[in-house]
Amino acid sequence: MDTIARLFGNRKLLLVGLFVLLSVFVATFPLYARAFDIRVLTSMLMYIILAVSWAMFSGSTGYMSLAPAAFFGIGVYTIALAQDYLPFYVIIFVGGLVSFAFALLVGLVTLRLKGIYFTIFTFGLVVFLSEMVYYVASQVGQTRGIDIMPQPRATLLYTMFGLAVVTVIAIYFIRRSRLGLALLSIGGNEEAAAHMGINTTRVKVLGFAISALFMGAAGVVTAPALIYIDNRIAFSLFYSFMPILMAVFGGMGQLYGPVIGAAVFGYLAKTLRAQLYDYFMLGFGIILVVVILFLPNGIVGLVPMLQNKLGGVIAKLRKGGQANQHANT
Amino acid sequence: MRILEGQGVSKYFGGLAAVSKVDFYVDQGEILGLIGPNGAGKTTLFNLISGALPLSSGEIRFKDQKLNGLKPHQICQRGVGRTFQETKVFSNMLVFQNVLVGSFFGSPNRVPAEDAAREVSQALEFVGLSAMRATPVKDLTLANQKRVEVARALATKPELLLLDELMAGLNPAEVGEAMELVTKIRDKGITIFMVEHVMKAIMGICGRIMVLHHGEKIAEGTPQEIAASETVIEIYLGEETRAAS
Repeated sequence: MDTIARLFGNRKLLLVGLFVLLSVFVATFPLYARAFDIRVLTSMLMYIILAVSWAMFSGSTGYMSLAPAAFFGIGVYTIALAQDYLPFYVIIFVGGLVSFAFALLVGLVTLRLKGIYFTIFTFGLVVFLSEMVYYVASQVGQTRGIDIMPQPRATLLYTMFGLAVVTVIAIYFIRRSRLGLALLSIGGNEEAAAHMGINTTRVKVLGFAISALFMGAAGVVTAPALIYIDNRIAFSLFYSFMPILMAVFGGMGQLYGPVIGAAVFGYLAKTLRAQLYDYFMLGFGIILVVVILFLPNGIVGLVPMLQNKLGGVIAKLRKGGQANQHANT
Repeated sequence: MRILEGQGVSKYFGGLAAVSKVDFYVDQGEILGLIGPNGAGKTTLFNLISGALPLSSGEIRFKDQKLNGLKPHQICQRGVGRTFQETKVFSNMLVFQNVLVGSFFGSPNRVPAEDAAREVSQALEFVGLSAMRATPVKDLTLANQKRVEVARALATKPELLLLDELMAGLNPAEVGEAMELVTKIRDKGITIFMVEHVMKAIMGICGRIMVLHHGEKIAEGTPQEIAASETVIEIYLGEETRAAS
């Protein structure tokens, strides 16, 4: 009992242990899993990247962006256009950087918009890019879409896992950094933030662009599994709505909220969609409404609630951890 | 020495002159009070000084440097801190995080994390909120949220502090505590420019008072002079008479 308590108390050890277990699981997964399951896992990881990076900007600042599909699509088109000239792993960086640069540009123009106007603009951005790409494609070539050179499933899984790990770690540090604090304060009260010396425009644009970087990179790594892409596939609004729903479902107060939300719904979206799509969307809607009504902090908000309910038992288990926390304050 | 000086300061909203050709100054180390009936332009004047609104015309100088055209974050970093009439705390954060924002971003130079942590503790100690440092701000009473705003503004290391109706909505005991706090801040060497409706407070702690009415400065002087001024009495009483009829 004591050992368990100490393990739970030492969060770092717990996290490292979880990470090692997860790595071993992902590394060995292709050895025994079905091809379909490998794709499911890859897709879950993709949604984790999208949901976590969306929550980093929109969850903190309250600027609800519907642009994930735009940046994701930019990543997809980056690999579509660059696959004959650059190696896959270089394109991941390029795709991220192109998305980053595009978000900087868009952010400078649009982050002056507040509330619903910003949201509508980001929605329009996805539609605009999609139509734009379609127009250019129809002018330049005979076909609407582009074939993407496929990659081994295991390679894509490992790459997506690596990217997800990098994303989560990077965003963990951003949330704890000055930039993270500034983004959060903008969500608290933007006017007050400006009066405390924060260059709100710069912070917002930078936060928006960093989140776009990861979304673009995720687009690059997803593209080979799609084999063929066109504007409707690359800029599907599904990539905008899903990460938001996942982040809200998981809860945005903690970093692991969107991770859990994305993992759960990423799995269900991929597995149930094939056979029970209508029921899936229906169930998804009901669950989301319930979560919003009863769990304003998302599914991870359950943890402190359960702790209160189960008080004694868990308190004993976590004694070590709380002693540590008291020592820090 | 004049730390803040305004000449012909004006702000028009469409055809309405919210602040009209106001000349004013704040001496280093004093507590200057700003009073006037509702809609007189007091908060607008504060917003012009802190950069929340651009001037229509005129000039504002802080320590002999023009503030015109600067953004709020730049004005804050030059040494002008402020609180808000309707509290604008970061309600999604803890008490110490609110103050940390001021400490990290209020200086033009990068503040090391250890220094910031120390400043936060000092500021919280100063306003008497040390015990609540890890409390979510939204759980505090109005009086304590106002203390958070003061601590947050102090953490930006201001030379001039603009207090916009710090005492509004507080009970008499809390008003007394707030008056004490304002005097303590002045004793630290921070100049104070405050908007206030609570006459007891303004008469008690201000060295000098300025009166705005319909955006124009109509009187200025010591609390005794203002209390005896016929123009001022007329404005306040006149309003009351009209309201009564």
